Amino acid sequence: MINLKKNEILYFALRNNKLKVGLAVLLLFVVLTIVGPLLTNYPPMDYVGPLSAPPSSEFWFGTTSFGQDIFSQFVHGLKASFLVGIVGGGLGTLLGMLVGFTAGYRGGMVDEALNMLTNIVLVIPTLAVLLIIVAYLEVRGIFIESIFIGCTAWPWAARAIRAQTFSLRSRDFVDLARLSGMNSLKIIFTEIAPNMMSYLLLVFILQFGGAVLIAATLDFIGLGPTDAMSLGLMMNNAVLWGALILGIWWWFIPPGVAITAIVGALYITNVGLDEVFNPKLREM
Amino acid sequence: MLKLDDISKVYKVGTFGGQELHAVSNISFDVGDGEVVSLIGESGSGKSTIGKMILRLIPISSGAIIFNGVDVSTLKGSKLKDYYRNVQGVFQDPFSSFNPIFKADRTFSILRDEFFSEISSPDWQNKVNSSLEAVGLNPDQVLNKFPHQLSGGQLQRLLIARALLLDVQFLVADEVISMLDASTRIDVLNLLADLKTRGLSILFITHDLSLGYYISEKAVILYQGCVAEMGATEKIYNNSLHPYTKMLMAAVPRLDKKWEEAAVEVDLKAKGSEFTGGCVYYARCPLPAKDESCARDRPPLLEIEHNHFVACSKL
Amino acid sequence: MSLQVENLSVYYQTLKGDVRALEGATFTLADGEIMGLAGESGCGKTTFGKSLILLTPPMKYVEGHVLLDGEALPIWDTERMNPFRFKEVSIIPQYAMSALNPTRKIGKMISELLESRGVSYKTTRPELKRRLELVELSHDVLNMYPIELSGGMKQRMVMVLSTLLNPSLLIADEITSALDVSTQKAVAKMLVEFRDRQFVKSIIFITHDMSILYQIADSIMVMYAGKLAERASTAAIINAPRHPYTKLLISSLPEVGVKYAEKKLTGIPGKPPLLLDPPTGCRFKDRCPVAFEKCLEEPPFLEVEQSHFVACWREFEEYA
Repeated sequence: MINLKKNEILYFALRNNKLKVGLAVLLLFVVLTIVGPLLTNYPPMDYVGPLSAPPSSEFWFGTTSFGQDIFSQFVHGLKASFLVGIVGGGLGTLLGMLVGFTAGYRGGMVDEALNMLTNIVLVIPTLAVLLIIVAYLEVRGIFIESIFIGCTAWPWAARAIRAQTFSLRSRDFVDLARLSGMNSLKIIFTEIAPNMMSYLLLVFILQFGGAVLIAATLDFIGLGPTDAMSLGLMMNNAVLWGALILGIWWWFIPPGVAITAIVGALYITNVGLDEVFNPKLREM
Repeated sequence: MLKLDDISKVYKVGTFGGQELHAVSNISFDVGDGEVVSLIGESGSGKSTIGKMILRLIPISSGAIIFNGVDVSTLKGSKLKDYYRNVQGVFQDPFSSFNPIFKADRTFSILRDEFFSEISSPDWQNKVNSSLEAVGLNPDQVLNKFPHQLSGGQLQRLLIARALLLDVQFLVADEVISMLDASTRIDVLNLLADLKTRGLSILFITHDLSLGYYISEKAVILYQGCVAEMGATEKIYNNSLHPYTKMLMAAVPRLDKKWEEAAVEVDLKAKGSEFTGGCVYYARCPLPAKDESCARDRPPLLEIEHNHFVACSKL
Repeated sequence: MSLQVENLSVYYQTLKGDVRALEGATFTLADGEIMGLAGESGCGKTTFGKSLILLTPPMKYVEGHVLLDGEALPIWDTERMNPFRFKEVSIIPQYAMSALNPTRKIGKMISELLESRGVSYKTTRPELKRRLELVELSHDVLNMYPIELSGGMKQRMVMVLSTLLNPSLLIADEITSALDVSTQKAVAKMLVEFRDRQFVKSIIFITHDMSILYQIADSIMVMYAGKLAERASTAAIINAPRHPYTKLLISSLPEVGVKYAEKKLTGIPGKPPLLLDPPTGCRFKDRCPVAFEKCLEEPPFLEVEQSHFVACWREFEEYA
């Protein structure tokens, strides 16, 4: 599947500033996620230190008003965010591919029906649905949250993939594949999807970022997982326990900055990758 | 070999599919064994639609396509695959016909997976090489290359070689040389003509009248989805009877004589005329004898002389 | 008006180096002349046409002079070319008809275009309407969106637009290629009429279709691989070509009246050289049936007969 263009892509990839900055920031956080828990001795939920202590050499990010180590919460929260991003974003992309490819390839009535489905899901107020679900589920984990996010975020991916599939479908090589006796599924996966790999990557990155953001929002209003720490939950707790008023800035600034930085870096990476893959966007 | 029996294709257009677009209306003609038939028409004539219907890429609205006595209009599944062993197509844009991220000869390996899964590698290699040689390509120069490394002419030949691999009996060639350079066009055209000697029948779809004359025994002139004139090529070209055919012949730029100073015909309407049920050429027809019966009734295709059919009731 | 081009060379900048798309073009165009610029894809004809009016990156001006009516055209300087564009030199670019803004009514687009050139739409309107009548487009066209027009109508619209300010030189780039046979004839004849009515003084008609050139061009210039191969009157090129490439090209064109069974035509084997690193000497020598040792040296573009220029050693008396 690799062709001579690979070198050209690498060339532009290495020169694109947006790509470099975005990936650097992401890398930083990934390293922090992996290495972080090893750097701290305190589990995130335990009461280990003085209450509301500012950052010090022992507690790098200070403590909460209950005496929990914020740095420890932070790195565990990062892990949770990345998990949601991968699972939720991944599920969203997969569902989007399923709907998008089918609608784009088949066209006609199938397309109309799937479009209607997409629009309905798009319009559903996810918050309301989530509240109802929350009422029935006693214990919620990160996994359930990711599934939920994936199941409600796919319409955007589906639309984008459908549009691309439409345009590829009209190319003669798809007709030739049909004349070769290939069935539709095989054509989609061996002819159309490989042509869209860069596009699918971009869609996944956007879904990832979106999932992190949505998770943070849900956690912030208290609809998040009950059994794990996440960045949004940190911010929720911070506000709940008056950190804003009492000036305990070290409780809500790190998670806030982290979410902004991660999602921002993902979007910048996306723009950079788009420039790399699409020759027309490059500045020569 | 192939017979089109009263074929029509109607598209639903407009909001909520209220209006109908008659791309092809009641077309019938046939192609014999080892015969090259030119399907000539301008844009909007329906010629590509007919090609795609024959290749079963578009469903037929009504009528039947009979291939060697079998109605293939509604085939599916493995029967359709058998049909493709005998009928294949080559399209206009060589670069669109190949998936740009794969090597060009992947198009052969697809055929191997689908049709020749049992064949041994050396046998397959021989088959591929002999097909390539039959189309005038050197296997070393074209195998293992990406489409953008080959020229348009080479790619079109590859596509013809692909059809030969299956040993097809019928080939639909849809504007296959219009995107090629002038110096390579004639070579690919000659190739198609040579293939006749292998017993191949070809439906040569084109808008270029001189190509039709060069290569085919029979010509079908299409206008807005209907047959205007049809029959032996010399008769159509040298003794055009339908007003549309005459207009076409007069408008073709030739290298041996200049255009006559006849009034230049220009279409004033915006594109998209309504389907009235009468003669499709009514609005542009310059015949003095034209009247309301032309606008009301579709003229039937009548045999004016042997092997020369015209659809005009005023002749 | 007259156009004098001397030794014009324009390259394309790419990652891999300079593509020598046009080299050493020298010729003159007389007042009222329609010259056909013929050649296959990649020969440099579109580069040539564009360089006379808008030379922007990735095109790079290398050398040469262009004189329009005795005045030098500063084609290398896009700013200084501004007053010439549309008023002295105009172009109907390839794919012009698909470049019409689909969200603008035609009339609005024209008025915006004219205002941007400092020409009042109101004063030009009567003339615009007269010209629309000439090309048999109704005035309602000004109130329509591009999608409501057929291909032929759009092309005629663009023709009117490009010649509205009566430029001296019109460059028409493949304006008949995407049209049906009947519309092609109408558009080509309209071009001639524009010249006859002095809406434009001279026309360079870029196309790969020699038969259209036979119908309407006064002279033809054939290009191959970025260089001029031959230039002569239409009759001379079609009936008595001298350059081997021209000869092979003409004889490979199928004509109504020629059947495969009776007379099999032949094409030109091989393909044109890549211009990133073009071969030394004559660029056609690898495909030429009469190439000989002298062809390793690049042949100059010389006048071998009255108004008949060729770049081929075999055609120069010493080597015939």
